[in-house]
Amino acid sequence: MNSKERLALAHWVATEANKNGADEAAVNLSNSRDVSVQFRDRTLEELNESVQNSLSLSIYANHRYSAHTTNDLRKESLERFISEAVAMTKYLSEDEFRTLPDPKHYTGREDIDLQVYDEAYESVTSDERIRIATAIEDAALGHSDRLISCTTGFNDSLYESVKVHSNGFEGVRRGTSFSAGAEATVKGDGDNRPEDWDWRTVRFLKDMPAPEQLGINAVNRALGKLGQKKIESGTYDMIIENRTAGRFIYPLYGPMQASSLQQKNSWLDGKQGERIASDKLTMIDDPFIKSGLGSRLFDGDGIATKQRTIVDKGILKSYYIDWYYGRKMGLEPTVGSSTNLTFGLGNRSLDEMVKGLERGILVTGFIGGNSNSLTGDFSYGIMGKLIENGQVVHPVNEMNISGILVDIWNQLEEMGNDEWVYSSWRRPSMYFKDVQFSGI
Amino acid sequence: MTRRDFVRVGAQGLALAAIPVVFRVNPAAAFSVPAGGDTRLSTFLDHFSVSETDIRQVMGVALERGGDFCDLFFEHRITNWVGLEDEAVNQAYSTIDLGLGIRVLEGDQSGFSFTEELTLQAMKRAARTASRIAKETANAAPEKLAFAETPDYHVIKQPWEQVGIDQKIPYLQKINSNIHSLDKRIIKSRLWFGDQTSYCMIATSDGLIVCDYRPMTQIAASCTAEQGNQREKNGFSLSGRQDLNFYSQVNIDRIAKEAVGRTVRLFDAVKPEAGEMEVVLAAGNSGILLHEAIGHGMEADFNRKGISIFADKINKKVAEDFVSIVDDGTCEHARGSLNVDDEGNNTEKTFLVENGILKSYLHDNISAKHYGVTPTGNGRRQSFRYPPMPRMRCTYMLPGPHTKDEIIASCKKGIYAESFNNGEVHIGAGDFTFYVNSGNLIENGKLTAPIKDINIIGNGPEVLRNIVMVGDDPRLAEGGGMCGKNGQGVPTSMGLPTAKVSAITVGGVSS
Repeated sequence: MNSKERLALAHWVATEANKNGADEAAVNLSNSRDVSVQFRDRTLEELNESVQNSLSLSIYANHRYSAHTTNDLRKESLERFISEAVAMTKYLSEDEFRTLPDPKHYTGREDIDLQVYDEAYESVTSDERIRIATAIEDAALGHSDRLISCTTGFNDSLYESVKVHSNGFEGVRRGTSFSAGAEATVKGDGDNRPEDWDWRTVRFLKDMPAPEQLGINAVNRALGKLGQKKIESGTYDMIIENRTAGRFIYPLYGPMQASSLQQKNSWLDGKQGERIASDKLTMIDDPFIKSGLGSRLFDGDGIATKQRTIVDKGILKSYYIDWYYGRKMGLEPTVGSSTNLTFGLGNRSLDEMVKGLERGILVTGFIGGNSNSLTGDFSYGIMGKLIENGQVVHPVNEMNISGILVDIWNQLEEMGNDEWVYSSWRRPSMYFKDVQFSGI
Repeated sequence: MTRRDFVRVGAQGLALAAIPVVFRVNPAAAFSVPAGGDTRLSTFLDHFSVSETDIRQVMGVALERGGDFCDLFFEHRITNWVGLEDEAVNQAYSTIDLGLGIRVLEGDQSGFSFTEELTLQAMKRAARTASRIAKETANAAPEKLAFAETPDYHVIKQPWEQVGIDQKIPYLQKINSNIHSLDKRIIKSRLWFGDQTSYCMIATSDGLIVCDYRPMTQIAASCTAEQGNQREKNGFSLSGRQDLNFYSQVNIDRIAKEAVGRTVRLFDAVKPEAGEMEVVLAAGNSGILLHEAIGHGMEADFNRKGISIFADKINKKVAEDFVSIVDDGTCEHARGSLNVDDEGNNTEKTFLVENGILKSYLHDNISAKHYGVTPTGNGRRQSFRYPPMPRMRCTYMLPGPHTKDEIIASCKKGIYAESFNNGEVHIGAGDFTFYVNSGNLIENGKLTAPIKDINIIGNGPEVLRNIVMVGDDPRLAEGGGMCGKNGQGVPTSMGLPTAKVSAITVGGVSS
């Protein structure tokens, strides 16, 4: 199915829903093609290839709401799917806030090329996928005698979708992405087998780092964990490496969402306009970054996206307000979920920040843990490196960090200048003062 | 794309989706699934609108470039969720998944593809794609497929397809009204009623064909309570391969009572000191310890690749004599139990540790062939869209010689961990964690102040050695646990008697 056919089908579904008794309907029709190869021990271990379809239908009938997804797109199946979906909706309670967005929010959509589709996608061959995965493996295998296992891979993906609302919205998306990388396990002391990885995702194949770099980096990172041990519990300065910092941003982001706020489930409830972090934290939601992994012109409600400052020098400026919960709260919608997140950058690289650290822990990975979205209590397992006078003393593991989010974000001392561009959350490395670590 | 593995449990771990009436692939197909025999097979073939000849033809294409083995995994899954929020049952979601996953194996190599169209042409196209892993001369498809009977560990009286949304709504309303009448400090409640029905048909080039019908349900409740300017939240869920009868008056009352009780007790919660200490694990949910500390490390794919800390430890002493740990696919009605795994192998009760000795890895077909053993029925996949790999089912510890009271009394200073909401493990280092959202301090052999929101981190083999007491009160977790591995989520169960670990690192505050 091409975009035109998908649009026609989406309109047909919306019309059928109306005929069956829905006042309004939203239809999303998507298709993705994924191909992946995985190598280990110089052997093509896995070759996966598939195409998948999904149709989702949201029904608004007498202020009653339900949403349904199917991948069975045969017309007779869809007819039944639609009539049953509408029929069951009538059993639900009325909810005056359930409507499609006011069409005025559909207007003002930017007319720009986000550059999220790589023309080179069409010409990626099986041989090319295998060449990249084996180049990563060659580099990794040649890098250390301690290597026990190295799995490398490459995958490419094409995503196409159309979105139609019965009150006038129509939107099309199409994008490519490519991922490549390696996971390496090395022989440690005793039974210990440290592991680490280096995977990257990009929109354009030309932006993928050299395969050799990925292989060597994965092995080096695993080797960097040799001799890891826990140290005494106490308060240490902490630098979180950029690639792993996303895990630490989530407890800040989740409670900014309207569903969390309206359900009294957020430690950021009532904090708009107030300081929630040190002045080093500036967070901008930018849907228009060229080739950004989160770039888009409209959100899940069909509302035209805009660049928004979420946190400005520590002050919470904006929540993520979707249409439904916004109406429940009496607020105008902003955007339902993050697009690309960018951060105010500092001046120093990770290396420079580490060199300047008198005593502290460089966190290179999180393991488990969680945060309480309502109270802001958090506790996460970490691994990393003990730093003294700017030098690595030894790797650490089996330790936790704990505290309260509002405290720790106010202890943010510095942002790095090293934006991690292989995610829609383009975070730099971050330096926090006086963090509670538990170990021995 | 890391090899991090995790499990999420409890009310907060829900994905959404849901609807009531009936979504079927083939509207003419019968609802009742015959217990066995040829009628059962023909019912499933009709359900997917395919014939045995079609299947063998598709296998012929899958093996046209060689390959030792191929399997076809047909699946039709209907998932429904009904939600109550702000005092009204005002949302419902449903998902229908239909398709066929085709896998071709050549030694340890696998080619995989799936199709969402079950026409002969589309199935052959997917088979051709999966066949590209092989590079030899064609192998023949089996001449006949033999139907294999399977046990049924989760007999239900009424299929979920026959339960309308109107029957589910009163349960949510009742629980919600109980929640608010139990404690006036509850300011918000959210409830979900989920059910799922999966029809699976698995055919292999060894000439086997099996059919499985897999029901599942869950009710989850979460609450936010307010006292002065303090707010707390928690929740409770019940889940199993059960039907509507599962939600007896007793269970409905328990959901409300537990959700409220677990929430309001947090008003008094403190944080323990940071550092290593004794940890007593409450019976039931604490099985998360086994899942993370040993279960993942015993999945044979990690061992075949030599990347698990448990690689090469079979038949070695890893724990005290009174420690026996099993991964069991046969627990009746448990979320993680399966009549057959997703490769068509019967499940079983597999001993990971028996009387302190490490006994068996958890195998799928690939690893079983590699190690020259019989598959243990642990080959599982998230859906037809993914190839199978070794996964846990229902992982628990057998009862030990101590009583709960003895165990708590033996602990001078430590914590009693009762409910959890996620865990994670790094297979090679053996480091694992789980997050405790409620429990108590233990001081001088007695439970004292409640605790909340702490992460516990330890090393798998070390913690196994440090299990110094095991209670005589085995229990399985009751909520809905999902386990994630290499991007695939499957329902799992776990359990533990009360048990004590002599030293493990607890996140907390400085003394």
